[in-house]
Amino acid sequence: MPLDASSTPLHALHLRHGARMVPFAGYALPLHYPAGLIAEHLHTRKAAGLFDVSHMGQIRLKPGPGGMADLARALETLLPIDVLGLAPGRQRYGFLTGETGGILDDLMVARLDDGLILVVNAANKLADEAYLRAHLTGQCEITVLPRALLALQGPLAESALARLAPETAAMRFLDVRVVDILGASAIVSRSGYTGEDGFEISLPEEAADMVAEALLQDNNVEPVGLGARDSLRLEAGLCLHGSDIDPATSPVEAGLTWAIQPVRRTGGARAGGFPGAARILREIADGPTSRRVGLRPEGPTPVRGGAALFSEEAGESIGRVTSGGFSPVLKAPIAMGYVPAALSAPGTRVFAEVRGRRLPVSVVALPFVPARFKRS
Amino acid sequence: MLKFTDEHEWLAIDGDVATIGITTHAAEQLGDLVFVELPKVGARLVKGEAAAVVESVKAASDVFAPVSGEVTEVNEAAVADPASVGTYPQGGGWLYRLRLDDASALDGLMDEAAYAEFAK
Repeated sequence: MPLDASSTPLHALHLRHGARMVPFAGYALPLHYPAGLIAEHLHTRKAAGLFDVSHMGQIRLKPGPGGMADLARALETLLPIDVLGLAPGRQRYGFLTGETGGILDDLMVARLDDGLILVVNAANKLADEAYLRAHLTGQCEITVLPRALLALQGPLAESALARLAPETAAMRFLDVRVVDILGASAIVSRSGYTGEDGFEISLPEEAADMVAEALLQDNNVEPVGLGARDSLRLEAGLCLHGSDIDPATSPVEAGLTWAIQPVRRTGGARAGGFPGAARILREIADGPTSRRVGLRPEGPTPVRGGAALFSEEAGESIGRVTSGGFSPVLKAPIAMGYVPAALSAPGTRVFAEVRGRRLPVSVVALPFVPARFKRS
Repeated sequence: MLKFTDEHEWLAIDGDVATIGITTHAAEQLGDLVFVELPKVGARLVKGEAAAVVESVKAASDVFAPVSGEVTEVNEAAVADPASVGTYPQGGGWLYRLRLDDASALDGLMDEAAYAEFAK
């Protein structure tokens, strides 16, 4: 472990539960617990998994004298989503875009009564904070919250959290509430990164261990490490920034156009006005040249991120795999990557190069495992 | 005779044939294994080159030939059930057998006590 790896507020809990700790984005985090990655993954799909995601950045934006509407409009100059229309108690997915239309980071935006909270990727949180300060100073108060973040994911997450905070059971997908959990003021959102129903629970650092242990008292809840967090999100077809999306890939190529509300698109009341709008709006209108797709290797050999893709067994590379691994649910290798738009239809066969051999892989629709969000 | 390498492989030596696998320590580090690729019977392996691949959910790891020789047998059961390599790495989860070019190549390898110290 590098000497400069920071600990999260749940470090002692991970050690008590026998975690194998690894460095990740500057933090010591659990890769897996004694149950192992596959058991943790399947438990999350069947019951409920508890994840420490305290390494992620939680950035609060408090409005200035211009109020929430001015803050929302200011933030809309940095990302192509409808912030102004986000109702109190609601959250949505979004991304900071660069001048060339790529994705600087992807994030969740939550609207509370007194401001916005952004949850951003650990690896980008310092850059995001600096970027927000450079562009929004004077328009809002920017605070990086020193809070822990837990994710409770799976079909039994609702019942497990309801034991401690009954009012959370009535929350819908992407609702956000400030609730009391064992005396701690928690910011709970019904969201996650696994494709399952579940919650993300922001807590004061000193309350995190107590609340996590209380959740683990439920026989249906087991701790889950980063390993299964990655395999779960890949099965769910969710992007990892730095792998599947980055400052060079546009949200349209990445299949994230759904996150750009019509009000920000051509013809909308607040169309454009965000970095990279020219490319992004053009790609929405004309279609992108390449697209992120799901990939199913036809054989048993896993295809990993970085593998080159080919349209035939001979010839030049036409794309690349950005994430790849093994699906514990499908018991087969799965991957995501970018191919030319003309080769992006499900059923198209392409080839991935693994250890010098070109292996057939099929383009498939995402997600690999259907999402089970609580939409109503 | 049991020997170990600093790449966390074990070799069980019987005459001029070595049965080769990954150590319990290596299996613990790799986590749940989901795919195993083995050399072909009859293949000639040169010490240090990739002989087999074991893959966990997250990553692929090469298993390097610890000595030079000719592959005489591979463990098809490990290919059919990769998890068995993680569960019984120093037993039923062996990977392949090699007829050694030169038995003196074993001299530089560790015995069990030395490996236990090395893997601490």
